[in-house]
Amino acid sequence: MIDILNALALLANFVIVPALAYGSQLALGALGVTMIYAVLRFSNFAHGETMSFGAMISVLATWGLQEAGITIGSLPTALLALPISIIATVCVCLLFDRLVYRYYRTQKAAPVTYLIISVGVLFVLSGVIRFIIGPKDQIFADGQRFILKARAFKEMTGLDQGLAIKTTQGVTVVTAVVIVALLFWFLNRTRTGKSMRAYSDNEELALLSGINPARVVMITWIITGALAAIAGTLYGLDKGYKPFTYLGLVLPIFSAAIVGGVGNPVGAIFGGFVIAFSEMLLTFAYKRVIAYLTPGDWVPDGLMQLLATDYKLAVSFVILVIVLLIKPTGMFSGKTL
Amino acid sequence: MFGGYGAADILQDCTIAIDKGEVVVVVGPNGAGKSTAMKALFGMLNLRKGSLFFNGEEITSMLPQERVRLGMGFVPQNSNVFTSMTVEENLEMGAFIRRDDYSESIAQVFRLFPALEEKRSQPAGELSGGQRQQVAVGRALMTNPDVLMLDEPTAGVSPIVMDELFDRILEVAKTGIAVIMVEQNARQALEIADRGYVLVQGQNRYSDTGAALLADQNVRKAFLGG
Repeated sequence: MIDILNALALLANFVIVPALAYGSQLALGALGVTMIYAVLRFSNFAHGETMSFGAMISVLATWGLQEAGITIGSLPTALLALPISIIATVCVCLLFDRLVYRYYRTQKAAPVTYLIISVGVLFVLSGVIRFIIGPKDQIFADGQRFILKARAFKEMTGLDQGLAIKTTQGVTVVTAVVIVALLFWFLNRTRTGKSMRAYSDNEELALLSGINPARVVMITWIITGALAAIAGTLYGLDKGYKPFTYLGLVLPIFSAAIVGGVGNPVGAIFGGFVIAFSEMLLTFAYKRVIAYLTPGDWVPDGLMQLLATDYKLAVSFVILVIVLLIKPTGMFSGKTL
Repeated sequence: MFGGYGAADILQDCTIAIDKGEVVVVVGPNGAGKSTAMKALFGMLNLRKGSLFFNGEEITSMLPQERVRLGMGFVPQNSNVFTSMTVEENLEMGAFIRRDDYSESIAQVFRLFPALEEKRSQPAGELSGGQRQQVAVGRALMTNPDVLMLDEPTAGVSPIVMDELFDRILEVAKTGIAVIMVEQNARQALEIADRGYVLVQGQNRYSDTGAALLADQNVRKAFLGG
């Protein structure tokens, strides 16, 4: 019995807790991609870089706050910096919309044109980031490092295996839950949110009902920018801010959005967790778990790892391909908010 | 009205007029420009020549959204409901431009179409064709329009549902709203119409009261199958 608990603690420590945090980050990212797809009807490849931009502003604002001696005790200061980052990222999104996307909207450009434009925006943004903060890694997490320390867990339960929960992981999951709840409340309960869903459902009819498309587009960018800033900051807090890892995040984020059904917010969240758990479960070395669950001499020699962690990215790619082959519309059929 | 989509004018000297509380039906063979005429009336198509008046005000160059505010309601032929939204949300979106309390209007729509009240929290996309048309008409009624324009409201619904829908449309007209309707089911539509227009190649061929058109030998022969 104690062995089973030990195995569970081991799994929780190395798979479940990190996957929950990573899944929340992916879900927030995928929500941003899905919002743009549902309203503006294109795949925004610049979303990863937008997240990176948001995280960068958080890093800078955190430094500023730390300099001024403002912190919030055991929680990371970055939480205080988040509003600043959200405002800055929203401004950047609106600026790019005003300067670039709006022109193509009046031209009624094809979705593929937008896609290429978003790649252009990606390069510009990554250049801007390189200018401002440089390509080096930055650590900006402060406050208490753990909510639950491995040793404390061991003492509490008397198990051999420790379970540690990092503050950043806790903050990530709680923030994600709050943000998602707010977003759903906005989309389903407010007049403006409903008008966005209406526009995403049937553009023509939304026009006939007197819904102003310019306003809908603006609000979409505001929400997307805020989501990107939050997701980027949380990811940076959790894993350390590396400006260019965000480009690599675009693939799992798009997989998440597509697995769930692109354009569908519930699907984006579901997809985020599917991708995160698949990556973690497939690249975890099960040797010690098996050791707990089987009699002593059964322990295999190998690591019992299905895939090396280097292949993490391949997991989301394979899932993407499988979904596109079997159910291209995703688990929840998409296209509308 | 003169106008069309490309170089050629689909509408050539077509005139449609309507008064309060009237039901006007536009019929004609396929390709006569019936739906085009509706779009032109609502400003979804630029007129090359001619002009539109609403309550004595010239609206020829007004955007469709502005016409909604003025008191025109339009129910397009296809995709005329928000399929992923509930019946009630559809009605709320119909009232989007209203800042006042519109709960009375929703109650009115539910009185007119009792079937919708039971399904108020069901997505409109899950309803039957007839009920969907009811939602579409209800949505357009939410702005309290003076004139309601319907583009083939009975397309794709069964004859029984069609009769019921026509009854409801008559009820709408009784409240003082002018109803303009394009119809494929010419005979049934003319029966309930105060006046009718027969459109051929973008021109008014015949225009008279509904009953007179039904009685007209030429109209019967050419368009109503004898």
